[in-house]
Amino acid sequence: MSSLTNSHLLGLHNVPKQDIELILDSTDTFLEILDRPIKKVPTLQGQTVVNLFFENSTRTRISFELAERRLSSDVVNFSASTSSVKKGETLLDTARNIEAMKVDIVVMRHSAAGSVQFLSERCTSRFINAGDGAHEHPTQALLDMISIRQKTKTFDGLNVCIIGDIAHSRVARSNIYGLLTMGANVAVCGPASMIPYDLERLGVRIFTDIDEALHFSDVINVLRIQLERDAGANFPSLREYHNSYGITRRRLDTLGKELLILHPGPINRGVEIESEVADGPSSVILPQVTNGVAIRMAVLYLIGTRAE
Amino acid sequence: MASYLFKHARIIDPVAGLDTQKDILVVDTVIERIGEGLSASDAEVIDLKGAFITPGLCDMHVHFREPGQEHKEDIASGAAAAAAGGFTAVACMPNTDPPIDNASVALFVYGKAKGLPVDVYPIGAITKGRKGESIAPMIELREAGAVGFSDDGSPVTNTRVLRTALEYASMLDLPLIQHAEDPQLFAGGAMNESLVSTELGLPPISRLSEDAVVTRDLLFTEYVNGCYHLAHMSTSGAADAVRAAKARGLRVSCEVAPHHFTLTDEAVRGFDSNVKMNPPLRTADDVQAMKEALRDGTADAIATDHAPHAGFEKEVEFVYAPFGIIGLETAFGLSVTELLLDDWLTLPDLIEKLSTNPRRILRLPELRIAEGETANLSFLDTETQWIVDAAQFRSKSRNTPFHGRQLTGRALGIYNNGQLILHR
Repeated sequence: MSSLTNSHLLGLHNVPKQDIELILDSTDTFLEILDRPIKKVPTLQGQTVVNLFFENSTRTRISFELAERRLSSDVVNFSASTSSVKKGETLLDTARNIEAMKVDIVVMRHSAAGSVQFLSERCTSRFINAGDGAHEHPTQALLDMISIRQKTKTFDGLNVCIIGDIAHSRVARSNIYGLLTMGANVAVCGPASMIPYDLERLGVRIFTDIDEALHFSDVINVLRIQLERDAGANFPSLREYHNSYGITRRRLDTLGKELLILHPGPINRGVEIESEVADGPSSVILPQVTNGVAIRMAVLYLIGTRAE
Repeated sequence: MASYLFKHARIIDPVAGLDTQKDILVVDTVIERIGEGLSASDAEVIDLKGAFITPGLCDMHVHFREPGQEHKEDIASGAAAAAAGGFTAVACMPNTDPPIDNASVALFVYGKAKGLPVDVYPIGAITKGRKGESIAPMIELREAGAVGFSDDGSPVTNTRVLRTALEYASMLDLPLIQHAEDPQLFAGGAMNESLVSTELGLPPISRLSEDAVVTRDLLFTEYVNGCYHLAHMSTSGAADAVRAAKARGLRVSCEVAPHHFTLTDEAVRGFDSNVKMNPPLRTADDVQAMKEALRDGTADAIATDHAPHAGFEKEVEFVYAPFGIIGLETAFGLSVTELLLDDWLTLPDLIEKLSTNPRRILRLPELRIAEGETANLSFLDTETQWIVDAAQFRSKSRNTPFHGRQLTGRALGIYNNGQLILHR
């Protein structure tokens, strides 16, 4: 069996196509394990994984932890609220202390872009990025991609549009890199204030009109609006955002085609997506969650068993 | 009394239009004789082996951190770094703790610099506490020896304060040195806004932040006939604005830092905080614009913005790392490598940007290499190739993106205040 090019998963930028394919193909194996009565394999027995979370997250951490336990690794959870970070310790000191306890794999989330790469270059453990600022969230993009592939079989020529606050979204960035590598046509849609500078130079189409975006799309990935951060700063009001960019049944009905609908969760019902759509037949929002555990098992397995 | 005979040197003095192969005899602080085949029995002979002797270089923009943050740098260590970089004079920005916003702190800087081979001049704060609210006692600061005024590190944004400060500084015939940044646009930014910031997801700093403030400031400068100096210019837009203002006859000058004519924001891709500075590294077009500005005279000076930080302060998440890099010990090598070798500037041009012009902007005495003049000299080699090794720096700090880089040209040392500092 082949192995990944890199010993860390820091993002999907510049990750070769065969690596993404390897992860997606391995995921199918782990999905099959998740359907067994006993959902546990001894693959990572004896390896220690620390979930180093400097930013609040419930579902990503639980998803990783389930994946780690189902691979029989020893799991340690570290979160900023219970850590010495608040006592003024630097990130590097924290990481070196944890590493001194002989950890094999670090799954890390942090609010600062580049912080996972920063530590991976200064520690000997293998790092998996569980989200760093607005930079990357590769396992989320991979689970989005397998959720797409399960329905469409291929990425070639597939029109995928990511909708929402692209500028502040690590999910958007990882999806853009991964999907472009796999041969999809990628677009984004949102108010101009939420589209980062020069994005079109990556080969991404930009829509500010939601109906044009939906007309283009085979698949849409609807991002969560960060209620606490964005209202009033990047757009005038939630009501206006919903009316202008919210995914509603009425809007979809005018298309004359069915779209595949993804959302990384948690959903703000009635803001970026209407309940009828989120819970409807075109939505793969819950399968995404299941795929998330399998994708993380695949990534942990490929990183944990990769020969140096 | 110190007495040295410098032999086998090429003397370059852009003010005197001098480019000649002669010996120089210095006695204490004075150039005693210039001539061919000089000898002096009581002078120590220094063989410069073909290197250049120029008027002493002046870095008009350094942060020596004293008082208040001496773990990063102090006036003595900063001066040692300056001497190693070939500088005989520096102007210290006032963002110390306490800031240089009154005469006593300015006098403290002079006190600490006394007896050093490098002249250390304080720049006074524009506003009290650098808070941007009300102007500092600029007359008293000037009497205490301030050579300009700046809130560097922060912009003056209150337009009423800006106008008053410009009027005061002009009355005192000293430059108002602006750190051009719009705080609302800047808001938490960490790198230049470009495709790179988009790809990395780092909070962007738009070029508008610099361009808008420079454009506004030039309107004020014209209106009150002020004397305005733009610190660390980094954008093509700012260069265009300054160029146009000079053409209209405004009393405007500006400086460019070596990193802004050497590196682009592509260097941020590794998230190394040693490429994080303010203003940030810009695009290849901006780098080109900085070189054009230096060549056509829009940019008057090369200044390092030498900003030391301790390793533990810099070695953190990119967005949390403080802005700034050190530059005194790489400035000349970068200038030769990027500007001289690529024919952007001749050596006399380069000496103007590194000595004549910054001294003129700060109203420091003009230097001349002539008999009877003050012996304030730099010894420069434009040919030796060397690898930057931060461990060898005299600065207390190591925060440079140029460690390991091969440069052509380096300073050999200086002679100033009757002291010879020769490193190589």
